[in-house]
Formats: sequence, structure tokens, C-alpha cells
Amino acid sequence: MASSGRTVGGAASLLRARSKLLARLGSERNWADFLFRRVTWLCALLVVTTLGSIALTMAIASLPAFRELGAGFVFGTVWDPARRIFGALPFVYGTVVSSLLALLLSVPVSLGIAIYLSELAPDWLRNVLGFLVELLAAVPSVVYGLWGIFVLSPWLRDSIQPLLSDWFGFLPAFSGPAHGFGMLAGGVVLAIMITPTIASVGREVLRAVPLSLREAALALGATRWESVRIAVLPLARSGLIGATLLGLGRALGETMAITLVIGNRAEISASLFAPGYTMASVLANEFSEATGELHLAALAEIGLLLFVVTVLLNLLARVLVFRVAAGSARGRP
Amino acid sequence: MRLERYAWRRLVDRAVRAGCVLSMGLALLPLCSVLYYVFSRGVGGLDLAFFSELPKPVGEPGGGMAPAITGTLKLVGLSCLFAIPPGVLAGVYLSERGETRFGRVARFAADVLSGVPSITVGLFVYAVVVTTMKHFSAFAGGIALAVLMLPTIARSTEELLKLVPEALREAALGLGVPHWRATIRVVLRTAAPGIAVGVMLAVARAAGETAPLLFTAFNNRFAAESLFEPTASLPVSIYTYALSPYEDWHRQAWSAALVLLLVVLLLNVSARLLVRHRVGGR
Amino acid sequence: MNAEDARALPKLQTLGLCAFFGESQVLGGIDLEIAEHRVTAVIGPSGCGKSTFVRCLNRMHEVVPHARVSGQVLLESQDIYARDVDPVRVRRRVGMVFQKANPFPTLSIRDNVFAGLRLNGIQIDDPDTLLEQSLRRVALWDEVKDHLGRAGTSLSGGQQQRLCIARSLALEPEVLLMDEPCSALDPIATARVEELIHELRQSYTIVIVTHNMQQAARVADFTAFFYLGKLVEYGRTDVIFTRPKERRTEDYITGRFG
Repeated sequence: MASSGRTVGGAASLLRARSKLLARLGSERNWADFLFRRVTWLCALLVVTTLGSIALTMAIASLPAFRELGAGFVFGTVWDPARRIFGALPFVYGTVVSSLLALLLSVPVSLGIAIYLSELAPDWLRNVLGFLVELLAAVPSVVYGLWGIFVLSPWLRDSIQPLLSDWFGFLPAFSGPAHGFGMLAGGVVLAIMITPTIASVGREVLRAVPLSLREAALALGATRWESVRIAVLPLARSGLIGATLLGLGRALGETMAITLVIGNRAEISASLFAPGYTMASVLANEFSEATGELHLAALAEIGLLLFVVTVLLNLLARVLVFRVAAGSARGRP
Repeated sequence: MRLERYAWRRLVDRAVRAGCVLSMGLALLPLCSVLYYVFSRGVGGLDLAFFSELPKPVGEPGGGMAPAITGTLKLVGLSCLFAIPPGVLAGVYLSERGETRFGRVARFAADVLSGVPSITVGLFVYAVVVTTMKHFSAFAGGIALAVLMLPTIARSTEELLKLVPEALREAALGLGVPHWRATIRVVLRTAAPGIAVGVMLAVARAAGETAPLLFTAFNNRFAAESLFEPTASLPVSIYTYALSPYEDWHRQAWSAALVLLLVVLLLNVSARLLVRHRVGGR
Repeated sequence: MNAEDARALPKLQTLGLCAFFGESQVLGGIDLEIAEHRVTAVIGPSGCGKSTFVRCLNRMHEVVPHARVSGQVLLESQDIYARDVDPVRVRRRVGMVFQKANPFPTLSIRDNVFAGLRLNGIQIDDPDTLLEQSLRRVALWDEVKDHLGRAGTSLSGGQQQRLCIARSLALEPEVLLMDEPCSALDPIATARVEELIHELRQSYTIVIVTHNMQQAARVADFTAFFYLGKLVEYGRTDVIFTRPKERRTEDYITGRFG
């Protein structure tokens, strides 16, 4: 080692440090780095295997139900574990109807919020309101459920449902006795819970549209709304659909709040006032006290169905949202 | 004519603006209502007994939620233990090797995993952990919550690490610092406040989860002595108390909801402040 | 230059060094000897591969995704690209100063100086002496001694760059690679850094990349001219700047370049 020719020497500590450092270039590989890379790789693998195990576990657990019940499972309208009759249609129906009702109520409001937050609100208000929308998403599901039982349902029963049946009572959807609990309450609670999801993803999508396009429209004499309608919405459309699908995914899988307010009766009824049941709710209610292997397997198959549907929805949503974000990145100066 | 048309256009503009403001109000209405009811109905029940006593047997008034509070702490602690280290390291992998084929697969898996319904995660952990260990436990509940936190932490860590300037990493490597040390002590440390925010939000979400605990941690009227016994938690207690026919339990459910909500709000607000502090400091 | 130059041992030597980014080759077959305790300048138009070249000398090139190297780089006749060599150890012996000053933003001035030692897990016996010495060596001591606790990023650009040099020197490397260290600095700060290079020359082997030919003429003993990823001409600085052998070198240094 040619270090003798040094004129600017160091303190003793320096020299010692040097001798430790410069012993040689190292004849061994850097095992610590190798190990570190391996560990981070394993952690990434953990994410992949977790997802894979969920799919696999659910599939294996529901095998007996596949074998014994076949495709009729999804179309059977009677669910009676005591008589070993397992038809999942009431749950599928309840999940689909409550989620669609939630979308119907939530989408216009969420889009309004997204447009307001990204286009119209003054800067100082934007942050505060954005935070409040985040808080709406942060409230735990079971707290919404509690509120749904004791505040929302009575209010629906006493104020909203009588109005609806007075005006629209001729429609089967708004007929029948008003309990408060039921499909309508479930849909409303879900709508509240998915609004922050749709609104905040929608806001991101709108913000991804380049500012120059809005300015171009405004410079042509468009009003604020026209600039949004002409320049922003067409580009953001698929992303907004993606945001809606993310909201739908959340609605389908939502469990606690809706279990507390939907009434939990495995029946298919045309009336939104009647109680219903969802896939997630039946899992929450029956899984830990399920009797018999077939009952467990049938529940697992419902879980598998829920898993597959939400995963597909999420994938589609992410593709749509990503397309807008990526497209705007290209268009940016 | 032209002016009239302009007046019409302005009217439409105003109407849309009003509609947007109205939407904002419509969304804040339930938030305010939830906050109002949870505070007004919950605050009365927050006495010493609530925090220190065991629940009374079914139907008897009085008692508290001590096991649920400690149980939630245990569950959240365990889930942090299980989720934060692998989540952050997976984020490191995604930020460094995210463009390899496996990196893409892993990122994709994280995105999909974060969309899996929490009840499904509960079923999964039941099938894998509870059936092998033969009983419900805080351990199983912690794993279930960790599965929910893992993808969120990994993705937020990845995004934050990507914001760390390459120059800093090179500075450390140029000093002859091994890759792993440069990553941990320079890159992760620089991104630490942001990662903390991501973790806090993930914890806030996990703390309020109920569905995955129903068949993993289950419930317990008494204080669980070890991590391998059924364990009560605030969210599950709120659920069971809300469904009970007793006035007094409803009152306690509101109080528990208030405690839970305060914790979640505290985490969210401090995460928010941390972000602002960091942005303002730069 | 005197006769001593001829006796100086090559500290670093490259043999057929090629560098790639993915499929595209940015350096082709560079053979170069770098003399110990001398300043060697690497000049050439932008995109000629001069930065890549110095980054190959301490294996920083491979830090970039898809980047790879072929050929040999000998550090005192030991190939740093040999299979059993740990790049981390190479970088401890061959330090680097980057184009843009990059002090660690979360660390104070003091801790930035110690960063290399601390990150390498080396005990510092006498931190105060080491700190003063390191900062004096880069002529920064008098400017910062009263606020050593301030963030490294609070300094001016030139001070930050000297802090980064001090940070590298605290590890006592044998070779110091400087990748356009003055490109972001004003003339006064540049002069300080050049003075510093002149002093450091006594104890370190320095390779400096610069797009500024006057700077090369001022600080370097030897100069290498790179063009389109090839080494065009290499020799004593006074020779390169007064009697270049190659036409392209002459065109470049006289500013007749297209």
C-alpha cells in the first residue's frame, strides 16, 4: 500500500481508520449487501405469496361446496343451513342491489366533490375540505354501523320512507312497511362510505389533466364549467369510471356497517324497504358458528366469489385510472 | 341574442358551481352527524370504570371495556410488528427493483391485495392460523390486520423512496458505504417522515377494522393473559354491544366508538400535520 | 513539469475499458494510466463519456440500472472489476465528488464531515480534531466554525461542494475523482476549489472531469481528451494545450469544434 508519500497526515484516529479501511480490496463478496437484497426480495415475495395464498386457501376451502352444490349454488334462492340447503342468490342479490344503490346515490355527489376540489374551490378551502373528505374515509366501518342503527335507520323510518311511499308508493321498490333497517339503509350507509374513495381518486384524476388545456378553453371565452366540460372531463372520463369502480369494489366488500343495518334476512324482495342480506354479512354472521363441513364450504365459496369479483373490479379500475395518469404525464410540458 | 346566450351560459356555470358546493355539503352532513352523535352519546360513558373494569355478565348494567382497550392495543402492536418491517423492506425492493419483471408482479400484487375485502382476509387467516393453532388469538388477529396493512405500507414507502434524490444515494455509495447501509441510513432516513405518515394512516385504518377480527381474535369478556388467547377489541365490542338489546351496552358502545374515533382522528390529524411540517420545512 | 513525472507510478490504469447503458456503448476501449499524486484532467465535449469514465474508476457506473462495464481497471495493479472484489471497498479507496454538491440534508455540517466514517461504522476517537482538520484542509473551517450544527444544505454552493470534498477526504481515500466539481459554482468559488485541488495534489491522486479547458490547463498535470466515447489524446497538460498531436484535439482546444 503506497501511503507513505503522504504529506498531509491525519490524527491517530484517521490513520487507524485508514488502516482498517484499506487493508485490501476485499477477497470476499459483500455478504451484507447480498443478504440485504435477498431480504428485501423476500419481503416483496411475501406480498405476492400472501395474495396467492388467499386465493388458494379460499379455493381449497370451498372445494366441497363446488363438488356437492355445483353451479346451482349461485342460483339457489333458499339458504337454510339446518336443512343443508345452500343457495347464495339472496346474498348475491343483496350485495349487488345495495352496492348499485350506493353508486346511484354516491356517484353524482362524489363527482361534484371531485370537480369542486380540483377546479372550483379556493386554495385555502381546498386543503381543509380535502382533509374532511379523508376523515369521512377514516371513520371506522363499525362506527358507521353504530350510527346507522341508532341514528340513520330511525330517521329513514320516520322521515324518508313515509315520503317515498307517499310519492312513489306505486313502485314496488318503495312499497311495504317501513322498518328503517333494510336495503335502503344499507345502500345509504355504503354510499356514505364510498363517497370519499370516489371523490379523492376522482380528484387525482382531474388534477392529472394538464392545466394548459383548461387555460386554452378559458382563453376561448369558456366559463369555468364549460372549460371543465370541454377540456377536462373527456380526458378524465375513463379515470373517473375507474374511480367509480374502486368505490364499487369497496362497497361489495364492505362488511360491518352494512351487516348492522341491512336486516340480515336471506330473502329476495323487490322492495328497498325490506330487509336483505349481503355476501360479506353472511360471512360475518355465520362463519364462526357454522355447523358442518358443507356449511363452512358454502360460506368459503361465497368468500371466494367476493374475492374474485373485487379483485377483477380493482384490476379494471386501476387500469382505467392509470391510463389517465400516464396519458397526462406524457402531455405535461 | 348573443348576450342572452351568454347570460344562459353564466346561469349554467353558476348552477354547476352551486351543485358542486351542495355535493360537498351533502358529504359533510353525515360526517358531522356521525361526529356529533358519537361525541354526545359517548362522552357520558367515559368514566374511570369504562377504562378499568371488566364487562359485566350479559344484561347486568355497569362494567367497562378494559379488555377491549388493552386488546386493541395488543392487536395494533402485533400488526405493526408483523407489517411494518416487511412492508417497508418490500417498498425498498419496489423502489430499487420495481422495473424488473418480478418487481412489476409484486407491485401488482400489492395493489390487488389492498383491494381485497377485509372479511376475506379474516377467512384466510382463520383457515391458515386459527385452524392450525386450534383457537382464536390476538396473534391471529394481529396477522389479519398486518395483511391489510402490508400492501399499503409497501406502496407508500415505494412512492416516498422514489422522491429521495439519486444524488444522496450516490453520495453515500461514493463514500464507500455498502448498499444496505446507504439504503437504511441515508435513503430510508431521508424519507422517514413520509414513511411514518404512510404507516400512521395504515395503522389508523387497521385499528378500526372489525371484520377480520371476528374469526381471528374473536372476543373475550375477560382480559386475555397471553397473546395466544381469544382477545377482545374495541371494534368487535362495539359490534356485539350494538346488536345487544340492552340500553346500558348501547351506551358503552357509543363510548367505545368515541374512544376509537378519537384514536383514528388523532392519527389522521397528526399524519396530516407531519406532512405539512415536512413540506413547510423544505 | 520536471523529470520526476516520468518516475511517477501509475496509480490507476485502465485496459480496454468499455462502458454500456443497456445496449448502447458509451465508452470504447479506453487505455489510460493515471499517475500517482498528480492531477489528471478529463476533457471533451458533452456526451463524450468523460463522466462515465470516472464513474467507472470507482465502480459507480454500475449503480445506474442497466449499466455495465467490460475491460479492466487496475488500482495498483489489482483489477477492481475482478470477480472477488467488493465495490464498496473500491469506493473507500477511490473517493468521489459529484457535479452537484450533495451534502446530506438531514445532517449538520459536523455530521456531514463524519458521515463517511459513521456510515462505514468506524469509531471516531477525536472528533473535534478530525473535524477541524478536515474542514481546514478544504479551507472551510474559518467560514463555518461558529455554526457547525447548522444543516449542511444551509451553506452556499461553493461551501457545500467543499464540504462534500471534506466529507470524502475524511475517509482518507487514495484517489479522489471529481466529476465537474465546479460546474455549478461561481468564479470565486471555482477559484477556491482549484486552489484546493492544487494543495490536495500533494497527498492524493486526483482525476477531475471538466468541460472548462482553462480549468484543465490551470490545475492538471496530465490531460486526457475524450471524443465520442474514445480516448483521442493523452499526455502532459502543457503538451496537449500547446502541441497537440491530433487534429481533433487541436480543433477542440482552439474552439473550432462543430
